Amino acid sequence: MRHPILVLVHGTAALVAVTGLARTLWQGLEEPGAALAFGLLVAVGELSRWRGTEGRESAPLGAAGALAYALFGVDGGAPTQHGTAQVVAVVVAAALAGCVPHVARGQGPTADHLARRVLTVAFAAVCFQPLCSRGALREWSGPAYVLLVVALLVLTVLCDAVLAAVLARSRTGWPLSPLLRDELRALLGIGSAVCATGVVMSLAVAVVGLWALPVFSLPLLLTQLSFRRYAGVRATYRQTIASLARATEIAGYTPAGHARRVAALSRAVGRELGLSGPELTVLEHAALMHDIGQLSLVDPVPAGATAVLPAEEQRRIALLGGAVVRQTGVDAEVAVVVERQADPYRDQPVSARIVRAVNAYEEKTRDAGPGGPLRALEELRLGTARDYQPEVVESLARVLLNQRGTAAAPWGA
Amino acid sequence: MGSVPAWARVYVACVVAGALVCLTPVPDVHVPWWAVGLLAALYAGCEQLARCRLLGRHAPRGMGTFFPVLLAGAFLLPPAAAALVAVPGALLARVEQRPRGLRRVWRAARLGLAVWAASRVHWALAGRDAVAQPDFPDALVPVGAAVLVFCAVLTALDGGILALAERVPVRNAWRGLFLRSLAPVTVHGLAGLMMAVLWRSHYGPVAALLVLLPMHVSCWVFEQYHRERAAHQATIRALVQAVDIKDGYTRGHSERVGQASMMIACELGMDDARVEVLRFAGILHDVGKLGVPTRLLRKNGPLTPEERRVIELHPEYGHEMVRGIGFLGEARSAILHHHERLDGSGYPYGLTGTQIPECARVVAVADAFDAMTSTRCYRRARPVAAALEELERCAGTQFDPEMVEALVRALGRHGWRPAVTADGDDQRGNVPPQSEPLRAEAGS
Repeated sequence: MRHPILVLVHGTAALVAVTGLARTLWQGLEEPGAALAFGLLVAVGELSRWRGTEGRESAPLGAAGALAYALFGVDGGAPTQHGTAQVVAVVVAAALAGCVPHVARGQGPTADHLARRVLTVAFAAVCFQPLCSRGALREWSGPAYVLLVVALLVLTVLCDAVLAAVLARSRTGWPLSPLLRDELRALLGIGSAVCATGVVMSLAVAVVGLWALPVFSLPLLLTQLSFRRYAGVRATYRQTIASLARATEIAGYTPAGHARRVAALSRAVGRELGLSGPELTVLEHAALMHDIGQLSLVDPVPAGATAVLPAEEQRRIALLGGAVVRQTGVDAEVAVVVERQADPYRDQPVSARIVRAVNAYEEKTRDAGPGGPLRALEELRLGTARDYQPEVVESLARVLLNQRGTAAAPWGA
Repeated sequence: MGSVPAWARVYVACVVAGALVCLTPVPDVHVPWWAVGLLAALYAGCEQLARCRLLGRHAPRGMGTFFPVLLAGAFLLPPAAAALVAVPGALLARVEQRPRGLRRVWRAARLGLAVWAASRVHWALAGRDAVAQPDFPDALVPVGAAVLVFCAVLTALDGGILALAERVPVRNAWRGLFLRSLAPVTVHGLAGLMMAVLWRSHYGPVAALLVLLPMHVSCWVFEQYHRERAAHQATIRALVQAVDIKDGYTRGHSERVGQASMMIACELGMDDARVEVLRFAGILHDVGKLGVPTRLLRKNGPLTPEERRVIELHPEYGHEMVRGIGFLGEARSAILHHHERLDGSGYPYGLTGTQIPECARVVAVADAFDAMTSTRCYRRARPVAAALEELERCAGTQFDPEMVEALVRALGRHGWRPAVTADGDDQRGNVPPQSEPLRAEAGS
């Protein structure tokens, strides 16, 4: 059963796309040269799309090309004649063509991405093209015109960010406000570059003709390259931290897969509690490395279970772990979380509360058999006076309940 | 870096004199001075913005937002005025290393000269008209020529300062500089052309400003990339230090093996990426010792056969640990096989000859060399010459003669000065050691 909002968005996008294509086929293509050039640009942009950090799809060049075509009002001095329908039709055709290799390689669903592209471009074109073709923009000359286009584009990408957040919410069920915050933050980065390139392209084509497209897409290509390298090094970095986390497992201090499981569950709880992207990264790194302090012990703790140790001993191991983490290049906040993971929850930052509760849950359920998860949650609830934050424990319970619905039952029977 | 050689000072003085000669016609030039002022302010602002965003002192080089502004100036203004645009920004920019005054003057003069030359060439090829009444693709020809000249002047000046102030051997000073900076400068040149065209169009400078935004974002991401990369390298070091926590007496061993592996790889003529991978292989070769009980590693006195077997598991533990780190590539097999011997008597698999991966043979030699030349609790360090003699004696049975020979050659050329970074020098840990030469913003 698909979420109603998802159906609504996809349905609207499909309707808009089909209307645009039908009208264009009916009326024929105006200014085929420009349409072809912009279509090519969008298709190439889509081809170079990649899955960015935190699963966000990015095709900056495709987005900039599509927006530039929507805001394309003057061609070498004369007002353009293509209307909203043609903009939508060209962008849809080009984006579909650019998506083919991605779909063929089976790289994830592209429906959301396409729906967003179509709706965003349609919005920009509906705002701009009627004004343009009626000649209402004739008084807006020079810099004023530039500012108008910029304002229109800012409005468009804000709508796009809201749309993206709503789509992500209906897919995952995570709270809306942190998702929206993440989208808006991403807008400041590559989003601003996309907007600026879109405006510059539409203006430059007006001044120098279609040659502007290949020449002026290069700087954005450079930006895109930088982003890909950044994403690459982030992925490598994550692998290295996961390896460091596995050190305790290979050394026999903790059972295999413990760090990974605690990290995954902590991330889910953090999402549920509404943490933002960077906070989730800190949480994940801290959860991966939370047991690293045990490397400093000459003899392993039995089964690596720290939750059953005396509080003093737990705190000592946490401090040793913090010292190791400080030597790594990770954010200093990660070290703080690792250091404070054994403190009473009222003294802890929220990430440390999550790590503490999830770690205790993981250790208690490990060999507990079918009734273990329920009993573990019960024990955590009994500890909410001092050790575990009640909200975190309840959130953990909700996350586990959701997972039971989707994956193999973590609750046992 | 405190003292600057006299010849370098003379060289800088000559460059400054050249730049001043370029600037002499300024009072007689008829240009819209507001445009010169605006571009200069823009350049200075970009320069400040690019610097203050840097959290670390490790500034990435050459990806600034500023070249588009300078090149736009070169395409819009007469040569003398275009050179003037570069001066205030370069003089005001923050300089991390001493001597600050000299570096500031040098940067200003170097950029001024390069912009002047680019503008001059652009002017001579009638690029000015191509910008005012844009006629593509013909307008690209003078731009291409100007970019080439800009790059060539910067490279020539940089090579000179590298040879004189940093004492880089003359034949190496210019190597690769031009080709490395050509691609980024070309992109900046196109952005500059876009700026110039929009500046002269009826949309005015507002539209031209928008061009800088993608360049600035790209620069910002580039900085993030460098920060993340530095953090990543620190994490690799942390993996090594985790071994040191368990196995105290080998302190610094991993770093030194990394260095020796790198020297051998360079000597064998491997490409840069492989040299880097081998450095990581050397650094991480003993990471599997994390899996060996601490009591065994710290045991004084002879080991029982049982205990020896447990310790000999460490290559496999190490391989298991780093399996998931994609970028290590063949370093992973080096970690697994660095205790194999050429005659098949090694472990874990008893491979012989060329069955052993090349990188594992490199690391084996580097490991043995450092083990012999460093002091352990049970014996004193041997001198380098004695260690090399021992390696040559075992070449063919235990070690690959090619690798041993490469190490001997490399040591003969560079000497052995192991950098001890693992001994509590943790400030260094976040930043790869790298001195910033005077040509701080060469486009590379």
